[in-house]
Amino acid sequence: MLSPLHKQLLNNYQQDFPLSPTPYRDIADQLGVSEDEVLAAFQVLAEQQMISRIGPVIAPNAIGSSALVAMAVSDADLAWVAELVSSYPEVNHNYERENRFNLWFVLIGDNEEHLNSVIADIEARSGYPAMLLPMLADYFINLGFELNLHD
Amino acid sequence: MQLDDIDRQIIHATQAGLPLVAEPYQAIAAQLGLTADDVMQRMSKMHQDGVIRRIAAVPNHYKLGYHYNGMTVWDVEEEHVHRLGQRVAELPFVSHCYQRPRHLPDWPYNLFAMVHAKTEQDAERQIAVIAELLGDDVRRQAVLYSSKILKKTGLRIAG
Repeated sequence: MLSPLHKQLLNNYQQDFPLSPTPYRDIADQLGVSEDEVLAAFQVLAEQQMISRIGPVIAPNAIGSSALVAMAVSDADLAWVAELVSSYPEVNHNYERENRFNLWFVLIGDNEEHLNSVIADIEARSGYPAMLLPMLADYFINLGFELNLHD
Repeated sequence: MQLDDIDRQIIHATQAGLPLVAEPYQAIAAQLGLTADDVMQRMSKMHQDGVIRRIAAVPNHYKLGYHYNGMTVWDVEEEHVHRLGQRVAELPFVSHCYQRPRHLPDWPYNLFAMVHAKTEQDAERQIAVIAELLGDDVRRQAVLYSSKILKKTGLRIAG
């Protein structure tokens, strides 16, 4: 279903999308296709949500203050508490997970004070305590995640 | 690195994604009243300084068939956590690896590694590889699969 061009775009530009006036033309030159083909192929990947975006990936805590938070919510309350959590613009990931701690979200504030006030607000409105799991160390290797795109 | 207001505006204008046009940095520059060179130079500086980790076409693992998103959590000796974290991060199927605080007695785990797999069997195999690598340093472990993605927007600053 994915063409060779789509696969190359997915695999080869997880690290070094060009920072140049005409990045799509640069990619086209690298891959031996036209700029229009590259733009059209990215358009398809974006429409089908196979890429979530093209842009800078900001290092955690380089700007603002972020934390992972877990809550153990009863099954009866899970749906509305999850919706409440997702409604905050500061929350950018929210996952239901299979555990006693069943709601996991990441939020980012302008600073620690802002972050803590949002968490306190979520605790007050939901009635559930939040377990804060800020990142203490980030082990990362600057290589893309290796995608297996075999059909 | 000290970010100024213009740096923050650039992050704000690009964090949801560059526009899919032939000259995307020019488009961002026009929005902010800057030149494309300003935008690219500042982004390049932020990249060098580690504020921008990479510039990427960011794959959506779930849509690409990676339906098993497992948060693997491990209770390892504090004195070994950095050495072990580095080694786990090097595994090709691990997308993120972090040290986080324990919350005893509820939460004994201090090392987190995210794995993404297309099948449950693949995920189990990946977890076995991590377990083998960590060996006797592991006291307890758990895997939390996501049963539902409720919200996912990428890292974004509000305002």
